Amino acid sequence: MELNNLTISKLRQKLADGELTSVELTRACLERIAATNGKVNSFITVCEKAALAAAEAADQRIAAGDAAPLTGIPLAVKDIFNTLDVRTTCGSKILDNYVSPYDATVIAKLREQGAVIVGKLNMDEFAMGSSNENSAAGPVLNPWDLQRVPGGSSGGSAAAITAGQVPATLGTDTGGSIRQPAAHCGVVGLKPTYGRVSRFGVIAYASSLDQVGPLAGNVEDCALLLGAVAGYDPADSTSVDTPVPDYLTTLKEGVKGKKIGLPKEYFIEGLDPDVKKSVAAAIATYQQLGAEIVEVSLPHTDYAVACYYLIATAEASSNLARYDGVRFGVRKDAGEGLIGMYRQTRAAGFGDEVKRRIMLGTYALSSGYYDAYYLKAQKVRTLIREDFFAAFEQVDLLLTPVAPTPAFKIGEKVNDPLQMYLSDIFTIPVNLAGTCGISLPCGMNHEGLPIGLQLLGKPFAEAEILQAAWAFENATDWGGKFPEL
Amino acid sequence: MDSRYEVVIGLEVHVQLTTKSKIFCGCSTAFGQAPNSQTCPVCLGLPGALPVLNRQVVEDAIKTGLATNCRIAPRSIFARKNYFYPDLPKGYQISQFELPICEHGWLEIETEEHGQKKVGITRIHMEEDAGKLLHADGNSSSVDLNRACTPLLEVVSEPDMRSADEAIAYLKQLHPIVVYLGVCDGNLEEGSFRCDANVSVRPWGQQEFGTRAEVKNLNSFRFIKQAIEYEVERQIEVIDDGGRVVQETRLFDADSGVTRSMRGKEEAHDYRYFPDPDLVPLVVSDAWVERVRGTLPELPAAKRQRYQGELGLAAYDAGVISAERPVAEYFEALVALHNHPKTCANWVMGELLRALNENGIGIADCPVTPKLLAGVLQRIEDNTISGKIAKTVFEEIWQTGKTADQVIEEKGLKQMTDTGAIEVIVAEVIAANPGQVAEYQAGKEKLMGFFVGQVMKASKGKANPGLVNQLLKKKLSE
Repeated sequence: MELNNLTISKLRQKLADGELTSVELTRACLERIAATNGKVNSFITVCEKAALAAAEAADQRIAAGDAAPLTGIPLAVKDIFNTLDVRTTCGSKILDNYVSPYDATVIAKLREQGAVIVGKLNMDEFAMGSSNENSAAGPVLNPWDLQRVPGGSSGGSAAAITAGQVPATLGTDTGGSIRQPAAHCGVVGLKPTYGRVSRFGVIAYASSLDQVGPLAGNVEDCALLLGAVAGYDPADSTSVDTPVPDYLTTLKEGVKGKKIGLPKEYFIEGLDPDVKKSVAAAIATYQQLGAEIVEVSLPHTDYAVACYYLIATAEASSNLARYDGVRFGVRKDAGEGLIGMYRQTRAAGFGDEVKRRIMLGTYALSSGYYDAYYLKAQKVRTLIREDFFAAFEQVDLLLTPVAPTPAFKIGEKVNDPLQMYLSDIFTIPVNLAGTCGISLPCGMNHEGLPIGLQLLGKPFAEAEILQAAWAFENATDWGGKFPEL
Repeated sequence: MDSRYEVVIGLEVHVQLTTKSKIFCGCSTAFGQAPNSQTCPVCLGLPGALPVLNRQVVEDAIKTGLATNCRIAPRSIFARKNYFYPDLPKGYQISQFELPICEHGWLEIETEEHGQKKVGITRIHMEEDAGKLLHADGNSSSVDLNRACTPLLEVVSEPDMRSADEAIAYLKQLHPIVVYLGVCDGNLEEGSFRCDANVSVRPWGQQEFGTRAEVKNLNSFRFIKQAIEYEVERQIEVIDDGGRVVQETRLFDADSGVTRSMRGKEEAHDYRYFPDPDLVPLVVSDAWVERVRGTLPELPAAKRQRYQGELGLAAYDAGVISAERPVAEYFEALVALHNHPKTCANWVMGELLRALNENGIGIADCPVTPKLLAGVLQRIEDNTISGKIAKTVFEEIWQTGKTADQVIEEKGLKQMTDTGAIEVIVAEVIAANPGQVAEYQAGKEKLMGFFVGQVMKASKGKANPGLVNQLLKKKLSE
């Protein structure tokens, strides 16, 4: 069975009509994964048995007329989500043997809906990276060009969709980790407003920035999956108790009369010419669709990357302290006492980028440096947030590129962390501001690599950015493209 | 104490709260369960788990803050205190640092040496406890995380105390308050009320504080006093020998009565405190504070004053009865039924506490309820029984749970007030002891006690002692 181009809405229809069973569909996904994972390396763990069991249960539920929107739909999730009875590695050696005794809230929600979780997706270790090269399970390769990165840290979550392995996935976005790989792989990815989706059971990288979101082959599936996982969770004190709208009902209302802002700081020199051209064309499309385009300013944009790498690493240095070899995960102990065990475990368990960020963050929080680094970064964060709120007084949405360039080559930036960090320059500010953003395909460069468009919305305006994204997708041919593999 | 130096003491008290569940998860705080049986992903610090604040802990903190004259912060922040230790599952303790829930409080203390004074309370903050290490054999240790994430309040005083006695006086103010409030069981030995003392000395008149040592492992008031006194002497000796006191943590060894260095400054932790991004700022409204204020019980100091002022008890008695809330409540219930506070106080402090002690039970389980005891006191008051017989009645009530009237009736303990009947006994006693009568009449008036005793014995204790005295005097002078 050919799964490419099959959206969740089409699959739902086929399941409801009895044209297809979830078991057949799940088998097809498993076969496709088996056939392509050797090339793409998008999966860390495939749960064949559990998936088929879930598919059987879903078929019974469909037969009983008790289907929820995701019942019987095969999905895969980033290996950052705790899943009961299935290994959760977070892309790290230190959790190589770790099986969680509980499900993350979003995983429980998917299971309740009857979704079929076929496996756990590759990622940069502890979600630290922009290229998916920092994974203990090896790099994910971009299905559009196997010499190139898929983006990161949710590289597996984007590549699995592009490779036709599953129609949709869950990822997490701390500084662009959903939107940037979505752009590089030519799929749609949404970072919700901070607090929109529960973080309970999601392995923390930077707690004040991490947010769970959907990736899918098109905007509608993205909306559907967001609706399935969003909502207040009493187990996450930072989740917000505000109702979840039905994103599908307002999806097709168009952008006529909407004011779209172009933050001038995002249209800089050094922007790849193809990216520039595609984004310019997207702007023209929105004008044709009846939106009003205005220039706005987010004056503190320049400080966002520095601010992010202080706050995120500070939080990470503390969040990753629990990987000490005492209670779970891999322990290395050469019999040199407690401190020796800590040293050996963490030296062997963490990769270079994770160590780099733990050290950066530890330094930023150290006595004598706290005020100059962490505290200053928090103040800058407030200014960046205020920039966004001021801009949203003038406009409904902001439109920007997702990344300065299309997917770069594997190994191209690994030895230059600063260059790597700059690839998130357009995605990071939104995490600092805590609002929402979506990345969707808006073109191809001269080498046939996808280019992404980013739309940013006000807090909890996910419905609005989905609407604008759908309008663009519907008006152009850039969505739903899959490479030959 | 060396008169050349002034002693400066500040105390940090960890108050373990009696909430049913832990501070950041729903696990039980029950003590003495199988290791790691009271745990979940949150208190085990498993990947992805997140804390959710227990509202009762906040209420307990507000209560304690109000009872110690603190200002309750409308907005306070939880912070992470980062350090590695196997009993600390997350690699950080969630505590409060820059913005604690309570600040700027005080307690009034009184000592013989210095009289009354106020001791400032810098702050009270909420935090989670760590687990426990179990050292089974020489080669390995185990971790029990049942205690991890149980709620604590840390009450930090100003360095306002100038002697070990003042430190003890402060603790003896604070301790009954948290017990009265019902937020802590107050058990020092089990570590429910743990005290660390910051001790330093400085020459009289010097403005700056001397370098302090922090003394830990103090699990009784006696040890606290002993440890502070030892530490003061040690520091003075160091200075007198031309040395300098180093800032360090010292452990008190109760067996030898000395303090020993635990870790020096070179090993001092940089805790890298920062606001915990997993918890939102805690907002406490005025309405919440006022509602909690409305639930505060009358505190021991106020009770003591009232017992002395309104009820006319002696200072000592008022102190004893107000020291423990259940005793005070028993006493107040008794006075409500039998409005003779002094008699009630005597009985509570005498018979009642003695019997409770002898039987090793708490006042909450006392078989003689205030109502039953009031029944006894009424029968003394109306002369149905004597004070002495009343003790027998009390014993019987303790055993059987019957009322005073039932016991008096069944045992025939009603006081003999019939003058005629007593006169008969008096006549018999006089007739039976002619020698003593002659001595008495010759001036040996001390013998009156002997005659009273004989009459009481003959009446099996039931004769009204006043009447007996009166009748004997009359008969013997005839």
